Amino acid sequence: MIVKEPISTPGAPNETFVINIGPQHPATHGVLRVKMTMDGEYIVRAEPVCGYIHRMQEKMGENRTYAQFLPNTSRIDYLSAMTYTHGFVGAVERAAKLQVPPRAEYIRVITSELNRISSHLVWWGAFLLDLGGFTPLLYAFDDREKILDLLEGITGSRLTYSYYRIGGLYNDVDDDFIKGTRAFVAQMRPRLRMYRSLVTENIIFRKRLIGIGPISKEMCRKYGATGPVIRGSGVPYDVRRVEPYSVYPEFDFIIPTFEEGDSMARYLVRMEEIAQCLRIIEQALDKLPSGPVMAEKVPRVLKLPAGDYCYAVEAARGRFAVRIVSDNKEIPYRVKLRTPSLSNLSLFEEASQGMLLPDALALMGSLDLVIPDIDR
Amino acid sequence: MESAPTAVASQVLPNPLAHLPIPFQAVDYAAKGYHLDATVNPDQVVAMAAQLDKEGLALDTITGVDWMAQGQMEVIYDYFHPAKALRVVVRTRIPRDNPEVPTIQSVFPGANWHERETHDFFGIRFLGHPNLTPFLLPEDATYHPLRKDFTS
Repeated sequence: MIVKEPISTPGAPNETFVINIGPQHPATHGVLRVKMTMDGEYIVRAEPVCGYIHRMQEKMGENRTYAQFLPNTSRIDYLSAMTYTHGFVGAVERAAKLQVPPRAEYIRVITSELNRISSHLVWWGAFLLDLGGFTPLLYAFDDREKILDLLEGITGSRLTYSYYRIGGLYNDVDDDFIKGTRAFVAQMRPRLRMYRSLVTENIIFRKRLIGIGPISKEMCRKYGATGPVIRGSGVPYDVRRVEPYSVYPEFDFIIPTFEEGDSMARYLVRMEEIAQCLRIIEQALDKLPSGPVMAEKVPRVLKLPAGDYCYAVEAARGRFAVRIVSDNKEIPYRVKLRTPSLSNLSLFEEASQGMLLPDALALMGSLDLVIPDIDR
Repeated sequence: MESAPTAVASQVLPNPLAHLPIPFQAVDYAAKGYHLDATVNPDQVVAMAAQLDKEGLALDTITGVDWMAQGQMEVIYDYFHPAKALRVVVRTRIPRDNPEVPTIQSVFPGANWHERETHDFFGIRFLGHPNLTPFLLPEDATYHPLRKDFTS
């Protein structure tokens, strides 16, 4: 529970002061404000203040059709746009009982996993920036560029793809994409080894992370933290495995978990996840069936049967769930977007208590926040 | 080949929480996306949360739905199990002209932000909440945009 008394520093006058991190601060990666009550260099209370880029996405969902809302789903967590669109189209397909062709599902998996890698690469570079290392960002963006080029080739976009459609995909992939993706997988594996020797084994880096910002299993559960945060606390919770969706059950991959619960554990989870994404992509390319990529007879204007439908996916930051409440009209009665960054950040106040300020920034970086994902 | 919604066997599984005194309905996961669904009275939500907490469930999210035609607000509590496929929905209905429900913040501290957000969007008051101030809306906001009678 939150202790409001200042932590006394021996010999120092017992007074606290308030500083603001943000709303414009490089370590917050967007407009997040953290109101920090400090006792010297130690945090007494760190209160995140959200809503600076709130756009009321859920209200937008209530005044347009399902197909018209689809592009919004790329703009919630803009680094993991594919998985978010997957969550939304999944919910609509579940409600409309649409059969998605297998080829479309495989391509969804390939593109989602590519997107997950590109998201983790941005996190990796930005996290290292937070910790004071500039160079890794340049390597990360170099590799990410290859993914963006591949996705641009099939979707026309580099960030907000809106590639999935209700019932399938916008278009089929071409040979260039398949060849390019195979080449990327082959290139990325040695890069991961290089990342390991460049950063993961760096003693200065390790000392900044090991034992810093421990988050217990229990804290994850109480706050609903998911994704690499809960897996870094030793809980193998991954929606792809626990509540399997799409064609994920057909692939052989492991859910990396680390018991320590510190910032290093969360770092290692994401790095290991990149390797697992490569495995999934490779298997999906090998098994890629032929056929159409769009379900037949998807009505142009969709009316979902009245009721309440949920669909959850594993986004790069954790569990993303969509709830659609329909009253059998062309526009949804209610669209709820459950985003992982909000729950992951909500534990920050408790987890950061009594930490040194620079350590708290390492903890915040290890949560991998995307602010529009919180504010929506 | 089956598609995403039917990848999980389409059937209603027996209620794994049948030993709890919660009026759960088992739901077809493939059709709905959750396994158990219960509607309770507003004064029971804290007790429900405490029982689900003992079962090891985690808080997924809290949200509302404005049923203006019926003069009611619905508050929906979503839970998930961190180790197995078990998604639980607990709902309660409250009068629209006096939307009040106790906070579950004492059981799940993570409810704090979800309840603030629901208060922002619907004006639902969570009794006992320590800080029911605007969370995503501006700090001087007096409107609730997801109410069906909201006009900008």
